Amino acid sequence: MISRIYVSPKKVSSRADSYLIDSKLSRHKIEQLAQALTNPILESFCIDKLSNIKDFSYAIEIGFLPGVTDNVGHTVKEIASDLLHLKKSDNFAVYTSKIFFVSGTKEHAQKIALTLYNPLIERAKIVPVKNKKIHLKAEIPKVVLKKRKPVINVDLEVSEEELIKIGKEGILDNGKEQKRRGPLALDLPSMQTIAEHFRKLKRDPTDIELESLAQTWSEHCKHTIFANPIDDIKDGLYKTYIKGATNLIRAKKQKKGRLAPSKGGDFCVSVFSDNAGGIIFDENYLIIHKVETHNSPSALDPFGGAITGIVGVNRDTIGFGLGAKPVANTYGFCFGNPNETKPLFRNKDLKNEMLLPVRIMQGVIKGINVGGNCSGIPTLSGFIKFDDRYRGKPLVFAGTVGLIPRNLPASGGIRRSYEKKARAGDYIVIVGGRVGLDGIHGATFSSVTLDSNSPAAAVQIGDPITQKKLSDAIVKEARDKNLYNSITDNGAGGISCSVAEMAKEVCLPAGRQGGAKISLEKVPLKYPGLQPWEIWISESQERMTLAVPKQKWKTFQKLMESRGVEATVIGEFTNSGKIVVEYGNKKVMDLDMEFLHDGLPKQQLFTSPQPSPKGRENPLPSGGGRGGLNGILENLLADKNISGFSFISEQYDHEVQASSVLKPLSGPGRINTDAQVFRPVLNSNKGVVLSSATYPFYGDISTYHMAACALDTAIRNIVAAGGTLSHLAILDNFCWCSSDDPRRLGQLVETVKACYDSAVAYGTPFISGKDSMFNDFKGYDEKGNPVSISIPPTLLISAIGVMPNLYKTVSPEFKKDGDIIYLLGETNDEQGVPKVNLEKNLKTYLALEKTIQKELVASSISVTSGGLAIAVAKACVGGMLGCNISTQIAPKALSVDAKLFSESQGRILVSVAPKNIKQFEKIMKGISFTKLGKVEKSGKIIITDGSLKLIDTNVKKLHKIYHSFSEKMRKHI
Amino acid sequence: MRPLDLSLKKRNMKNNKLKITNPKIIIMSGYGLNCEEETKFAFDSAGAKENIVADIVHINDLIAKPKMLSQYQILVFPGGFSYGDDTGSGKAYANKFKNHLAKELAEFLSRDTLAIGICNGFQIMTNLGILPGALAQNKNGQYIDRWVDLEIPASAQASAWLRGIKKISLPIAHGEGRYVIDPKRKPSASYGAGKKETSVIAFKYVKGKICKFQNLEENPNGSDFGIAGVLAYNGRVLGLMPHPERGMFSFQNPTWYQNKKVPKQGAGFQVFKNAINYFKK
Repeated sequence: MISRIYVSPKKVSSRADSYLIDSKLSRHKIEQLAQALTNPILESFCIDKLSNIKDFSYAIEIGFLPGVTDNVGHTVKEIASDLLHLKKSDNFAVYTSKIFFVSGTKEHAQKIALTLYNPLIERAKIVPVKNKKIHLKAEIPKVVLKKRKPVINVDLEVSEEELIKIGKEGILDNGKEQKRRGPLALDLPSMQTIAEHFRKLKRDPTDIELESLAQTWSEHCKHTIFANPIDDIKDGLYKTYIKGATNLIRAKKQKKGRLAPSKGGDFCVSVFSDNAGGIIFDENYLIIHKVETHNSPSALDPFGGAITGIVGVNRDTIGFGLGAKPVANTYGFCFGNPNETKPLFRNKDLKNEMLLPVRIMQGVIKGINVGGNCSGIPTLSGFIKFDDRYRGKPLVFAGTVGLIPRNLPASGGIRRSYEKKARAGDYIVIVGGRVGLDGIHGATFSSVTLDSNSPAAAVQIGDPITQKKLSDAIVKEARDKNLYNSITDNGAGGISCSVAEMAKEVCLPAGRQGGAKISLEKVPLKYPGLQPWEIWISESQERMTLAVPKQKWKTFQKLMESRGVEATVIGEFTNSGKIVVEYGNKKVMDLDMEFLHDGLPKQQLFTSPQPSPKGRENPLPSGGGRGGLNGILENLLADKNISGFSFISEQYDHEVQASSVLKPLSGPGRINTDAQVFRPVLNSNKGVVLSSATYPFYGDISTYHMAACALDTAIRNIVAAGGTLSHLAILDNFCWCSSDDPRRLGQLVETVKACYDSAVAYGTPFISGKDSMFNDFKGYDEKGNPVSISIPPTLLISAIGVMPNLYKTVSPEFKKDGDIIYLLGETNDEQGVPKVNLEKNLKTYLALEKTIQKELVASSISVTSGGLAIAVAKACVGGMLGCNISTQIAPKALSVDAKLFSESQGRILVSVAPKNIKQFEKIMKGISFTKLGKVEKSGKIIITDGSLKLIDTNVKKLHKIYHSFSEKMRKHI
Repeated sequence: MRPLDLSLKKRNMKNNKLKITNPKIIIMSGYGLNCEEETKFAFDSAGAKENIVADIVHINDLIAKPKMLSQYQILVFPGGFSYGDDTGSGKAYANKFKNHLAKELAEFLSRDTLAIGICNGFQIMTNLGILPGALAQNKNGQYIDRWVDLEIPASAQASAWLRGIKKISLPIAHGEGRYVIDPKRKPSASYGAGKKETSVIAFKYVKGKICKFQNLEENPNGSDFGIAGVLAYNGRVLGLMPHPERGMFSFQNPTWYQNKKVPKQGAGFQVFKNAINYFKK
């Protein structure tokens, strides 16, 4: 029987919640359930018919498409099961939807509906209100899959054209429609290697074998562009420059002997080998960090893409070592212009419209909000950037910091928390969510250009509560009870990748390889009818794979059950050197581990000279333009790439876990901080400091300097807040475009070289990284003309440091009338792309560190985009104070524009209480610094150059300008 | 939601007052509650001298052994996002608690015990019906994280939880924190008077140090009468949207950077200390 419960708020009558229930429950029981879903003070309920609708002409119902994750539906099912004592075998399904009431014509209702739903994941239905009532048909959005042949063999003895087609568009399905299954993202050499392998085996591969190889060999999983030889760099970019820098830095530190990190000792513990990078926090804990991107899914379904991104990277933490606890989230957004109104389409027939940047922004911001807030993880650190070139593919960075004890209790002693190995004979156990069609081909999809072939099934919606239950049960209980030998996340490629990865760790005598045997029919499904290959590679969320020793399974299972977490044995790890998959007692896959992991052919990559630099448009109108220098300053401060974004910061819970020290917004004027500090261990005075930097616009001129500036800024932000270079690690996230274009690869090589040079110079090792190499869009404009948009090459550097004493944290805003303002570092005429002087900057940073440790610095802010004038403006706005400064900066020949707006790196604007200036200047001896002037309580902001008054404004005005963009955006969210 | 049956026969309070000097504290967890660790830290710090160690107990473990509740003197529903706020904040967790533990809860409240619900915990308590009113979506429709200033009306200052506190600044972080009064139990200085148990306003949002410092609205979510927390059971049961456990140290307060030379202890500490001191008599 199908019933519908409507719950409407008593006061606001323009909306209602609907719960469509497919069950055998009596009317009385449905009523009981309706009562449980209603707060009698705020809401009332109706069953089957919604009546007493006043003043509206139409109702719009927005529900999910079949199979899309319905989190509220899950909760209602749990409420019903608990209340009505439902058994697992009882038929009970619930489908939630939202109802909005509108007045006016049907056309008007249709127009409004378009703004309310995303056709990729949702459906909209419009019904008239008649006699104050609506009647919605009881249509169940149930997934019904056609019966298909479970496994097919794929003939690879075909033409090159056909091989290319299989690689690009997928295996031809055996149904009547002769549809391709979606991208394998395997190029011709890879397809030929696979064909050759099976020729030797004298058989065709099954579809599941081919899909499995495609997952494991995908750019997303294997990072082929960073791994393959490129020009004369034989070992590839990653090994030579990223890992190369870390190895060199560690070796240098280790040479000094076993020292504490604060004394210059090596603090890396687990880098590049696990789901995230781990460094020492103190003698008891490790702190770990990982930053991911989730760009392609966020372009299609911004909310789902972003929430999946953040809860996904949380799982990288839970899957680090034997399981770390997420203690902070970070984010970074690059969007198209939020004022953009011109549509773009993925299909030539003007169907499949791209969402406008403002819609993408709304959804992504909300996704990170729900993902972090619902999981009880503070969302601390983040940034937002805009450029028209992110119109086709937005960038969504999501990061997580985790905490794990260095040692864990184990039978008869301790075990190192960051070491894990599955053993032959261990059960392969899946915990968490169930498997559906969501996220099929996510890994291969993210390795290609976004166009009309992009699979809608690649969209997933994260379920933070299912994951929170799982996370708590693992990290807070099972881990410390020593109930498993290994754990990893199910991310890209689903269990096909996680099982194969874990099988690789199986401890065996030299020369022998581990393996796994799986019975796919044991995998719990969301709905029946999935084919084996779909189960194997589905990226359905909130799942982890564990290796549980047989004798511990019962205890483990019981614990999971008591925490409301589903756990299932799907097979066991073996010593066979093979991944063997069965489905209903039939072998459907039998692949050599060696071929699976190492069979991917190496390909030599080549670069060609970079495209000639376009040159960045000088951001300053010559001669000062209207309003003179004041006008330029105000325009810059209002620029969405510089101004505040409190509309995001304040909707993210950054105080949960009671750890915040330096918050995302600081001072009476609430400016966004460039670095954030928190305390992950509540009874320790050690702090963790986070920051990030990216300069995609500099890349238009030089990607080498773009990277050097990003690294310099991320590190400078940390030092400015009170962090120390000796205990500081960095992470890289490369978001590139058209990575099959040798010119783009040329830019990549330059970038990576700069990463190496800077990291080595500052002694800050890379501990983790990620790349997303094809952020391109191919589609059509409103006239059907082809459009292709590529993002500007974007490198995000995230930095994480440990502070010995959080009480020494310095915030960026000016503090007191009369404090002396200094500019540290050299200013050059750099309004294009600045060049980083590593040697000089290092000295400046070390000196600043010293003065902060001696508590001589009242405020400290990094000089970045917009130069000195913007740094001064932010420090004033933050403190709601004025200042009177004179820009007598060496060299004297600098133009006024350069003095105010040059973006030279390595500079910090600090203020110092008069009683401390003597000691401060003594420590700064030998460092380039300028005494600029004083903080003034009058609120007037005066900048002079000799007898010339350059800037004359006041803090109230600038405060308004600084927050104006945020205020405007607040209306959109 | 059906009302909770709390009609357990009340015993004579005086006779029932056990001589307990160190209270046992139970902090609920599970299904998306997430502030249990810092709340435990707050109680443990406040009870450090007495070697008090609060217990975090998963709701399913309490359901498996419901009698366990009778060993405790302080019951805590911490903050979090139980069931992701789906179908309305606190509803599903309260339902589960009621379905399995109604009798034990009534027994607990009939003793001379204390209970507190913070943020999501407050939402759970109103859904349980042990505190009046309801918490609806913030007036601007957005989740909000900021600090607020609170005033404790004189009538509430006698509460076991609030002794010695007249004004306090704490952070809030919620999407559904707009307090809506129960029309049947109108608020006054003695909110709910005439019912079996007295309910009063515990906290009101006011314009204080924080609001002046950052130029913020006093009532962040549009709560009726600016109510941020309420008391019932003669001041023994407290529900509040702000998070005292996130104000245990002065550096957590946004004004700290203006003047770091202040005592290390934050204002939230006193709430937990009061609860422990209540049993020292």
